[in-house]
Order: sequence, then structure tokens, then C-alpha cells
Amino acid sequence: MNLAYKIFWAFISLGVVTVWGLTLNGIVHKIFARVQGRLGPPVWQPFLDIIKNNSIRTAISHGVMFYLGPVFRIAGGIGTYMFIPVLFGSVYFSNFSMSGDVLLVMYFIFFGQLGMALGAGEGGHPYSAIAVSRGLAQMTAFEVPFALSVISLALQYKTLSITEIVAAQQGSFLNWTLFTNPLAVIAAMIAMLGMNMYNPFSLVIAPQEIPIGPPTEYQASFLGLLATNRGIFGGAKLVLFMNLYFGGATNLVELIVKTFWIYMLSVFVGAAYPRFRTEDSIRFFLKYPTALGIISVLLFSL
Amino acid sequence: MSDIEIKDNPDIKSELQTPPEPGYSEWRKDENTLYNDGLPEEEKDWFCDARPQKARKSVQVIENFLNWARSQSLWILAFGTGCGAIELRPLVTSRYDISRLGMQPRPTPRQANLIMIGGYVSIKTLKRIVRSYEQMQGPKFVVAVCSCAINGGMYWDSYNTVKRIDEYIPVDVYVTGCMPRPEAVLAGFNKLKELIKAGKAEGQNLYIERFDWYKENQKKVIKDWNMPDYNW
Amino acid sequence: METLYKELKQYFDVDEFSVQKASLAFLRVPKSQLVSLLTHMKDIRGYTHLVMVTCVDYLEQDSFLLTYLLHNYSTHCDLGIQVSISRQNPVMDGIHHLWEQGRVYQRELFEMFGIDFPGSPDVHEPMILEGWQGPPPMRRDFDTKAYSEATYSHRPRDHKEPEEYMKQQLYPED
Repeated sequence: MNLAYKIFWAFISLGVVTVWGLTLNGIVHKIFARVQGRLGPPVWQPFLDIIKNNSIRTAISHGVMFYLGPVFRIAGGIGTYMFIPVLFGSVYFSNFSMSGDVLLVMYFIFFGQLGMALGAGEGGHPYSAIAVSRGLAQMTAFEVPFALSVISLALQYKTLSITEIVAAQQGSFLNWTLFTNPLAVIAAMIAMLGMNMYNPFSLVIAPQEIPIGPPTEYQASFLGLLATNRGIFGGAKLVLFMNLYFGGATNLVELIVKTFWIYMLSVFVGAAYPRFRTEDSIRFFLKYPTALGIISVLLFSL
Repeated sequence: MSDIEIKDNPDIKSELQTPPEPGYSEWRKDENTLYNDGLPEEEKDWFCDARPQKARKSVQVIENFLNWARSQSLWILAFGTGCGAIELRPLVTSRYDISRLGMQPRPTPRQANLIMIGGYVSIKTLKRIVRSYEQMQGPKFVVAVCSCAINGGMYWDSYNTVKRIDEYIPVDVYVTGCMPRPEAVLAGFNKLKELIKAGKAEGQNLYIERFDWYKENQKKVIKDWNMPDYNW
Repeated sequence: METLYKELKQYFDVDEFSVQKASLAFLRVPKSQLVSLLTHMKDIRGYTHLVMVTCVDYLEQDSFLLTYLLHNYSTHCDLGIQVSISRQNPVMDGIHHLWEQGRVYQRELFEMFGIDFPGSPDVHEPMILEGWQGPPPMRRDFDTKAYSEATYSHRPRDHKEPEEYMKQQLYPED
């Protein structure tokens, strides 16, 4: 398949994951509302919000970095997604995956957050700065068990390519990492709770004390860009977790079912639990999930 | 009966209906800049002194679609100034639940489309309201709740309460009552949605069109004007 | 409370003692003895809580009546200490050295009644009325209605008087 064809199909798969990620967001809002005994917004509300935000007639910029913050963020989201093979064995939905792409993806997960931190910092709002410091601290903490879990996988499968990791899990569901390396999966799933920023790790966007976190000063199409990225990045993370730990997917239906249930874990936890303070969540991440990660690394390196 | 005097103040009405005269007030340098006279000299560089411009609309068909999207996704900046603010809380609970209408409270004016004035407006509050209103982006809508925001209500003879909020910011929908029930506020929101869909809620452009008139009214009552003339 | 009053009577020129109920009483003290009485009450009598400082404008007697309400946590009694000061020269000694929160009350009293408390921190800073230029608004000779009508514009009524309207609706033949 030549490059132009590949780019064309990468755009199609990007569109698919954006729509699916935003729909998941809508479903999650609906679930939260039902848990609280409300009717909740319609499932397509995230799309309406994006249209509304992009149709706002004026916008205020605070400088170059402020302007580039959401751009970096969405570049991080797209970058994460572009190097993950979406469907195993499909020539159309394999994006730009290559050997060693796990490392690249892990870098891109960080990249967007750092760009956003710079942009939100130039906005000058004190709440942005508070939220950025909380967010980066928490991100550094949950990155430790996640990285340990990925190292454990690399040791287990003797590869750094996502496609090969997925290939090694084919055959039966008993070959999934979930069953062959459960400690690493538990550590990574706890890290994903922090990544998705639902309760108990939602202090970064704490809607009551520091209004909506880093994007306090962002408005109009900046916010539309950030909301679109929430779909892309959320979808990309779910596809990555599905590939690494749950055997990947061979068709779109399997992908939708698996990512939905992976997401539901953080939603169920988020709907049921209260919130950690930043230092508590850091302490938590550096305690049990990190210990599990270290044990699983030791098991496969010995 | 005789001591109740019906006040018909013709000059206010005519001022409301006729557009302000062109010509520069003393706080405007020229057509496109503002003086920012209220600021101390060393702070003048910190703030933008550009005069706000009227926002352009798109083609009518696209504008209709966008207006529909705007009406389906209203983000509220609840400016709880008085007793009416208490009536806003039930709106997000399970009994009334405005989120099913696509509305959600938003804690920062930058991201909100709809500012709700929750009741009586004292001078100190008016300053903050003007500031928050000007920091909001895009087509922005104002809903004023309670009779105090409409005609002063029980503060009709108060020394520190403005009696009609529409002289200071353009109001799209009033909800009467002291205080209105949440159902009444919901009815007000539905009325606002109709206005938006019909393209009649153009308060932002009205504010810029009559900028001088609104500013003069604001400066008449806010005696210590220590913020820029337009809070970008 | 009566015994307390009798004991206080030996040291201070207190009078006009009135008992409202078993745990609440008021007494009046000359302006010059107020701070020493408050210090005495706080340090010796256990009235450690300043509940509020408030003011009443007696326009006819040309005086302001300040009331300092104190609370005793061990006996759960309230004592209101009243002091009358001249309207022409409304200057009072501050109590912010006894209770830190007194400065807030003093700022409020200066803003609302124009009573000056020399030495009280930030007493001339605006607290509620930002940019107020008129006379102190809570004084009784300040006509709020006239001020309001001169400063803020009315919304004209564009419908009928309710009384007339209902008369016409219910009894059209009258």
C-alpha cells in the first residue's frame, strides 16, 4: 500500500475514533446523570458543544503559547493515535504503526499535557497554574505504574512493537495479557483511572474549587479544539489499552465492545467514589500500583 | 390613591428607542480606541484599549443552523447576586435537571454564553456584572431573574441598588417573581431558546452598537471606575 | 446580672441599667469610660466575645447610640454596653486592640454613619459602598428615596393600577 493510500485510511480511522470517543463521552455523562437520578444530557451533547464552541464569533488570545496550547494538545492526541494499530490484521486500520511504537506512544501521551501546561500558563489565570501543577504532579505519579507495566510487557513478549504484542495475544482469550500477566494489567488499569481524570483522581479539573482546571481562560474555538481532542485522545488511550492488555481487535464491532467496557471501569469507579487530594493520589499511585508493577517486572526478568 | 404617582419618564424611553448620536464622548480618543481613564497611568499598558467591533454573521442558512446549535448548548454563568440565586440550585438537581436541555453551569465567564442576574443589583455588584459580561465571548445572552432586576422590586427606594438592569447591559429575557419558581426560570430559558432560534437574541451586537450609551449609564452610577473601559 | 451591675457601679459611672431577660441586660456608660469598661469586662469579668457593634441614630436628641454587645461563655450571659456620642462631632475610641474583628465594625460604622475611629486600620477604606460620594447613607437625615430617584432611573409603568383595574373588572357599573 503506498503512502497516500495509507494517509487517506489514517484520516478515516481518525474520524472513526473521534466520533466513537465523543459518543463515549456522551454515554458517560448519561450514566453519571442516571446514577445521580437525573435524566442527563442527550448522548450527542458533546457534538453540539463542539459546534457551539466553534461557532462563537469572538475569541481572545493571550499570546503565542496560549494559542499553541490546544494545538499541542490535539497534536499529542493525534500523534498518540497515529502510531497505534487499531485493528489487528487490517491493512486499512493499522495507521503508521512500526517497531518500537510503544515508546513513541508513551512519549506522545505526555506531549499534549506539557503543551497544554505551557499554554494555560500564559493565560495568566491563577487557577490554571494551580490545576497545571496538580495535573503534572498527578501525571508523573500515574506514569510510574504505567511505565512499569509496559516494561513488564516488553520483557514478557520480547518486543516493543504494539502489533507484535497484539499478535502474541491471538488464538484464545486465555492468551490475553490480562490472563498471562495479570499484575501488570492491574497496575496499568489503576494508572488509567488517573489518566481519565474521573473520581477519585479528578482534582485536576476540580469543577468547584478551581473552575474546570487548566482551560479556565480558554474559550470559543480553543475550547472546541480541546473538546475534540478529548474524543481523539480518549479513544486513542482506550485502543492502546485494548491492544496491550485485552488482545486487540480484529473488527470494528469487537473494538467498540472492548473499548466500551474498558472505559466503563473508570466510569464505575468514578461514579461511586469520592475524590482524592493531590498528595493522596500521588501517594496512592506510588504505593500499590507501583509495587504491583515492580513485582511483574521482576517476575518476567528473572 | 392620589399619592401613587405613575412615573412616565419620556426621556428614558426615547433614549432606549433612538440610537445614540455619533460623536465622541470625552473618554474616547477616536473612533477605534478607548481612553481607559479610570486606570492609573502605570497600568494603562496592561490592558487593551481597542473599541469592540460588531461581530459579523455568516450566511443566513448556516447562521440558522449555528443558532440552533447555540440554543441546544447554553452554558450558564450564574451571577447569584440576590435571593434569586437560591432558585438556581434546584435547577441542576434531579427534579428539574437543566442538563437534559443541554445547559450546564460554567464557573468562568470566558466559556459561558448565558449570564443570569440572580436578583437585586447593587453598585458594587454592577461593576462585577459589567466586567463578567464583557469577558464573555461570542453571542452572549442575559436572563434577569426576580423583580428586583426588572424595576428595583422591594429596593425601589434604596440608595445603592440600580432599578433597571437593562440600562447597563442588554437583557434578552426577564423572569418575573419574587422569587420565581424554578419552573418559571425554565420557562424563561425556553423563551430564550426560541429567541435564539429566531435570531432575535443579538444582545452582543446591540451592546456594541449602543456602546457609548451603555458606558455613559454605567459610568453615571459606578463612581470609582478603576477598570478598563472595555474588559477584553 | 443585678449583682454584676452593683459591682460595676463601684468602678464606673454606669446607669440606665435594664434587664431584658435573665441572660440579657443593657447598661449605659459615658464615652470616656467605654474602653476601660470593655477592657475590664473582657479581662476580669469573662465577657470575651464581642458579638457586634451597632449604632442607632437619634436625630431628635442629636446623638448616636453605639451598642457593644458582649457574651460570656461561662455564664452564657449577654451584656449590651451602650454609649451615646454627639452627632456634631462623631469621633469614638477604637476597640480594635481588644478585639481584632472590631476594625471591621468600625469600618462599617464609618461608612454607614460617618463615625470616625482614629487609629483604626483601613477605617477610611470603602467596604461595601465602593465609590460612594454622598453623605453616610444610614443617617436618618439622608433621604434615600430622593437620592434614589435622583441617581437611578425608574422603569415607567406601562400597565394599569391594580386597584383601579380590578374595580373595573369586578364592578364595571360603578
